[in-house]
This record gives sequence, structure tokens and C-alpha cells, in this order.
Amino acid sequence: MNTKILSKGLAARAGILAGGVALGALLVGSALAEPALIYDAAGKNDKSFNEMAWNGAEMYAAANNLPYSDLEIQTDAQREQALRRFARSGASPIVVPGFTWAEPVSVVAQEFPDTNFAIIDAVVDLPNVRSVLFKEQEGSYLVGALAALKSETGTIGFVTAFDFPLLQAFGCGYVQGAKAANADIEVLQNFIGTGFEAFGDINTAGEIGRSQVERGADVIFAAAGGAGEGALQAAADAGVYGIGVDSNQNYLFPGNMLTSMVKRVDIAVLNAFQDELDGNFTAGVQVLGLAEGGVSAAMDEFNAPLITPEMQAVLDDFIAKINSGEIVVHDYRSDNSCPVS
Amino acid sequence: MRAQKPLPRWVDIALMPALNVALAFVVGGLAVAAVGEDPFRAMQVLIFGAFGYGEGWGFTLHFATSFVFTGLAVAVAYHAGLFNIGGEGQAYVAGLGAIMVALWLDQTHWVFVLVGSTLAAMTFGAIWAMIPGYLQAKRGSHIVITTIMFNFIASAFMSYMLAQVITRPGANAETETIAETGRLPLLSEYFSAFTYSPLNITFFIGILALIFVYVLIWRTKLGYQIRTLGANPEAARYAGISAVAIIIIVMAISGALAGLMAVNEAVGVQKRLGVGYVQGFGFVGIAVAFMGRAHPIGIALAALLFGALYQGGQELAFVMPSVSSDLVVVIQALVILFTGAMSEMFKPVLLRLFNRGNGEPEPAGD
Repeated sequence: MNTKILSKGLAARAGILAGGVALGALLVGSALAEPALIYDAAGKNDKSFNEMAWNGAEMYAAANNLPYSDLEIQTDAQREQALRRFARSGASPIVVPGFTWAEPVSVVAQEFPDTNFAIIDAVVDLPNVRSVLFKEQEGSYLVGALAALKSETGTIGFVTAFDFPLLQAFGCGYVQGAKAANADIEVLQNFIGTGFEAFGDINTAGEIGRSQVERGADVIFAAAGGAGEGALQAAADAGVYGIGVDSNQNYLFPGNMLTSMVKRVDIAVLNAFQDELDGNFTAGVQVLGLAEGGVSAAMDEFNAPLITPEMQAVLDDFIAKINSGEIVVHDYRSDNSCPVS
Repeated sequence: MRAQKPLPRWVDIALMPALNVALAFVVGGLAVAAVGEDPFRAMQVLIFGAFGYGEGWGFTLHFATSFVFTGLAVAVAYHAGLFNIGGEGQAYVAGLGAIMVALWLDQTHWVFVLVGSTLAAMTFGAIWAMIPGYLQAKRGSHIVITTIMFNFIASAFMSYMLAQVITRPGANAETETIAETGRLPLLSEYFSAFTYSPLNITFFIGILALIFVYVLIWRTKLGYQIRTLGANPEAARYAGISAVAIIIIVMAISGALAGLMAVNEAVGVQKRLGVGYVQGFGFVGIAVAFMGRAHPIGIALAALLFGALYQGGQELAFVMPSVSSDLVVVIQALVILFTGAMSEMFKPVLLRLFNRGNGEPEPAGD
């Protein structure tokens, strides 16, 4: 795992250096329509949401052999500043992952009507902004079903960062899926903290994971960005199962990772970059659910031994029913409540 | 043994901080060189970004305004011998009062929004700081412990309020946005040089706050009582000064000052309140207060330095992408380390230096 991170870091550094050369050229005046990516507060290498966005940019760079620019910000006052700087230097599209970007994007996108923007996880209704939403509840439903089927104790856990609607949508989908697979399942739900810093609080996430294991949980879904690794580690240490989030985290603790609720932020970034390059960037809202390949329960060589044919059959059945509309997974954000708990 | 002469005043208040900042930049420069960038160019980018053009100045002064508020909050309490490290939570809770009043009045005129949200921010900040003040004065609970614990309570309380109670429909954890009519004027509307910078009318409240604290601490009876309590609690008691009353009053003033940050950042710039809007500015206020020797002029200068580091640091991350935002934080942390925690490091050397020369007695600093 360590070498993996290290090599990732080196690749990142090489990527930044390449971007830096191009950016220097931009600053002296040549207006290239180079795409740009500005990360959310958690920063680039969070092994989760933002890193997924960076992966998308890297995919674009590798596929087209073209550079892109990226930037991390320090304070909220710098959001508009960063957007404006890229817009002024001729970057397009400017992609920002995270709902906290909604207001700054809506301001700056109006000032630069000829620049394209894309925001992930929020809607900004402007003619030059693409808004990408995910049906997190559908992917969470699937991993919830797998968790309930795998559990021997009849208790599963959900660990998330702090209490706000987007994360509740993960939790609500998870519980719905679990109850659909086993009506008697009990789901423990805990928050790590009270603010965005909770997304980086690996230690507290670990404490909560251990506490859920002690209360009988034998599968834990950690939907908390970079902090989730703490809870997954706790599950692996106790010999029970963890479920990763956003990126495919199955490789983290092979044998103890049941699956990951993958949210293809990378595809959203790649599509925005590629569409601009190909000249067919479109504004408007894109909703990426299970049917669109936006969310899924990750299956690979790391978790294959843990998924029995029976579990796979139930999973396939649920996927088919969600895609056909027979199962409609309730979205917490539609009414700020969850029908099950 | 001959007693050492104290350092001349200008050395204490000007030379030592300047040396500390210089040292921080030298070590920071080594860090920049370690990632393979030219430290002199990085320095140039940083200074140009902070002071080189109107928009940079605007950002620098905007950040400095927030640091003035949180720095003064720490300084006022410090004069009474209290270490208020709860500025973070006080500014956070003050944001609740400020934004509620601002959203309530935003259909009228920005003057009402400014006055209303300023009063609300000060009230909420004062109340949040008075509780630890009361616990210190009446129950002897140490203010350092209680104020830092109140930061956590504020965080939990505010994320509950923002995500469950006063949330904009459809948003995750932020309030509605203040309507156009009620937005505080940006200075760029009067001085076009500031272009897109967030510097707003609250800047002048910052200047007023600096003057207010100077007058309060050194020109009023209450200020004398505060300083007496801070210098010698026993003497203050002997002089008939009520420690209980002074502690609670000082904490209220301190919290009110920290709360003003909400007017600058939440009402003035973001025009809404989101989770964690304070972003550590309350803690930076501690460094600002100590670097500024708890004096308004020093605080103004220290706040300007930190404002410049924040703005110039962002510029650095933009122009030199290999200098990651983490490295910018390292440089800022070095300044805090050398000016705050190790601020007396040069003192022994300087004492020896100034005592070695001529035998003439130096005028003693007050």
C-alpha cells in the first residue's frame, strides 16, 4: 500500500511540474483553452473524492497527451479568485468538485460567459455551466444489500463525516438496500465530527469503527472521504468487513474489503475536459445514476472471493430492478427524511 | 552581579519581530529550495501577489481585517491575564447572529444590514465568550480549557444549525444568500484599483476596533482595572477591583471583537454562512496578538503580515504549482513558530550585544 501511495505521489509531482510549465506560458499571455481543475477544501490527495477528480484529469492528460492546470485553495474567499484567475488566463472548461463551489461558480460564470464551467455535486443554472449530480442513494443501496447478505451478526455499520443531506443520502440508500435484503437487519449510524475537517479525521473514524465492531457490526460502510480509511482499518483489524467509498478502495485491505461504493467523479471530470476538446461541451444538469454508470458496487479481484454466487444473484436482481424502475431508491435530499432507519 | 540593562524599546517591539520574520522566511526559503524551486523567485511572487497590484492589496487587507478582529480579541483578554483561545468558536457562533439579522434585513438597505449584523455578531460572540468567563470567574474553571472546549461545542452547534435548521432548501450545509439590496459595499465600488477583491466596508470597522481597544486599555478606568488585574491579581483585589466582574466584562468584549469577523467574512464577502467559515482565523489571531505585543499598532502590522501571507501564498500556489498549498501552510506556520512560540529566541543575544558597547545607561522602556 505504501509503495502505491508513494508512486502516486511521484506521478502527481510529475504531473504538477508538467502543468507548471504550461501555466507559466499561459501567464505571459498566450491564451490556450487548457482545461483546469480546482479542488475542494480537502485538497488533491484525499484518496477519495478530490483524488478521484484528479484521476479524471490524469486520464484526460494521458489519453490526449495534453496538459491541464490544477489548484488547491486555502480559504473560501479564494474560491472566486481562483475561478477568475483561470477564466482570465483562458482556461476552459474549469471543473470544480464539491457543492461548496456552487455560489462562487454562479458569480464567476456570469462574468465570463464565454468560458465553460462544470460543477460536481451541485446545480448552477447558467448557460455555460454543466452541473453533474450522482445518485449516491442507488450505489449505496447495492452495497447496503451486500452488507446485509454478508452479515452474520445481523448488525451492520455506517460511518460518515458529519450530518448534512448529501451524506444522509448515502446512509439512507444504504439502509434501504440492507432492509431490502434482510428486513431484520440493524444498522448502526455514527458521525465522525461536526465540520468539513471530519473528512480528514482518520483517528476518530477508527475509534467509531472499533466501537461499531464492539456493538456487533460485522460490515462497516465508511462514507467519509479520506477519514473513512480509519474505520476500514478498524474493520480489517477486527477481522470483519469494510466498504469503501468514492474511489474503488477494495485494494486497501484485501480479504476484508467487501466492496466499494464507487462514485465516478473521474468520469465527470474526464467528460467535461474531453467534451470541450471535441467541441461538444454541453451545459445543463447531468444526473449519473446506476444506469449511466455513475455509481456502482465495485467488483474486482480483491473482493471476488468474498462475494458468493447467492449474493451476486441478489445484486444482479437489484441492479436490474433499479435500472428498469421497478425499485425506486428514495433520495434523502428530495424531502430531507429517510423512510427507514 | 551587575544587573543587565533592559533592551531599548525599539529593539523589543521592532527589531526582534523583524528578525523573527526574517528567520521564518529563511527557513521557509530552504523548504522551497528543497522542492526544487528558486526561493528568491518564490519570495518575489509572494510579495508581488500580496502588494504588487490593487486586487492583491484588496485580498491582503481583507484577510488582515479578519485577523485584526481575532487578534484584538486575544489581546484584550491577555491584558487581563486571560488566555482566550476560543476566538474560533466565538467568531463561528457570531456568524449565526450576523447572518440571521442580515437575511432578515436584506430587503431594506445595506446600512441596516451593516449596523444590525454588527450588533448581532458582537452580541452572539460576547455571549459565547461570557460563559467561559463566568465559569472562570465564579467556578475557577481554567479559561484555556473552557474556551477551547467551547470551540468544539460551537462547531457541533453550528453544523446542526446550518445543516438542519437554517439551511437553504436544496443546499447541504449553508444558509440562503443575502439579497442584492442588502449586500455590504465593496471598496472596489469606490476605488476601482481593488477590482475583484473582497475588501469591504468592514475594513473601517477594523480600524475603529483598533482605536477602540487602544482607548479602552490605556485611556479608561476599566482599561486600568483590566491591566491591573492582568499584572497582579492580588494588588487588584487589594485596590478593590472585582476580579469576577472584570473577567466577565473582558471576555464579553473579547468575544464581541472576535465576532466582528463574521461581518467581514460571512456577511461582507460570502454573503451567506457555511459550515466552518472561520477556517482557523480565530487561532491565527493568537499569533497575531502575540506578535503584535497585544498593542493595536503591533496587531495591525501583524495582521497585515498574515494577510499578506494568505494572499501571497495563494498567488504562490497559482504561479508555482510545485509549491503546493501544504508548503504555503508550512511557511505560514514557520512565521507563527518564530514570532509566537520562539519570539524571545534572539533576546539573550541582543541583550549581550546591547550591554557590551558603551556604558551609558539606556532609557528604560515602560
